[in-house]
Amino acid sequence: MTIDTALEIAGRSFSSRLIVGTGKYASYKQNAEAARAAGAEMVTVALRRVNWSDPNEERLQDALAPSEFTYLPNTAGCFTADDAVRTLRLAREAGGWTLVKLEVLADQKTLYPDMEETLRAAKALIGDGFDVMVYCSDDPVYAQKLEEAGCCAIMPLGSLIGSGLGIQNPLNIRLIVEQARVPVIVDAGVGTASDAAIAMELGCDGVLMNTAIAEAKDPILMASAMKHAVIAGRESYLAGRMGRRLYADPSSPLAGLI
Amino acid sequence: MQIFLNGEAREVEANSTLLTLVLSLGGDPRGIAIERNLEIVPKSEHESTILQPNDHLEIVQFVGGG
Repeated sequence: MTIDTALEIAGRSFSSRLIVGTGKYASYKQNAEAARAAGAEMVTVALRRVNWSDPNEERLQDALAPSEFTYLPNTAGCFTADDAVRTLRLAREAGGWTLVKLEVLADQKTLYPDMEETLRAAKALIGDGFDVMVYCSDDPVYAQKLEEAGCCAIMPLGSLIGSGLGIQNPLNIRLIVEQARVPVIVDAGVGTASDAAIAMELGCDGVLMNTAIAEAKDPILMASAMKHAVIAGRESYLAGRMGRRLYADPSSPLAGLI
Repeated sequence: MQIFLNGEAREVEANSTLLTLVLSLGGDPRGIAIERNLEIVPKSEHESTILQPNDHLEIVQFVGGG
């Protein structure tokens, strides 16, 4: 039987192929329970101004300790390369690590990645010693450019951030997977477990999601469902699916019929 | 003297350091990053960095995000 290997990103090894976000949960405590139910080893985090008005405010690190989960600082809310680079330099100072998730967005309505700015930011960050996992459109040409620039993981959208519309262009995801020499992780768009399984069946190396778990009626149960979906999709991909036929092919022998 | 902290004007005592400012605000120096006039000040220099009038500080931390 084929045995799966670990997910390797920038020299780090992960046994879980599911990365989860830390936004939109009722509390950081619920967030931590969901991350554990998902079996996640890596969580995305954002960087924001300290809120001095409430020193007793719940702190992310207290519920989701960096010793338990690898933090992947993001640049959510950045609309220019300069803002993204500035944010991640601060994140490196706050956390002390270089593995980051770059996203440079084009507009508030779609949160679609601005690929020109994304590529510019990726080059600047890589030049500055960062390991860049990059959120991108599902354009195979730009995915290739990002890989050539030195990004350590390519993370195309399945559909718009927070939309829950699943993998809208499986052909492009497959094209990106075929050409990539670094891990490909579907980031954004997953709405339900089957979407995650489809991403993995397309040959992706992992899936990153936030809203699908956080906005489920029972986030902990959905986190568990996503864990199983990612494993199922991965094993299905490795196992190699049967061929498609137009007509039926009986599973019981034709010989010996009474 | 006046400084600008996370976009808001604030009065601090002359000769305050970055570390005393953070502690006086009830902040936890762990897990934060400080940018002073668009330059990051490494943690190792928080104690020795003396605030100047009209300094613009950004003090940030990790929060939940997707």
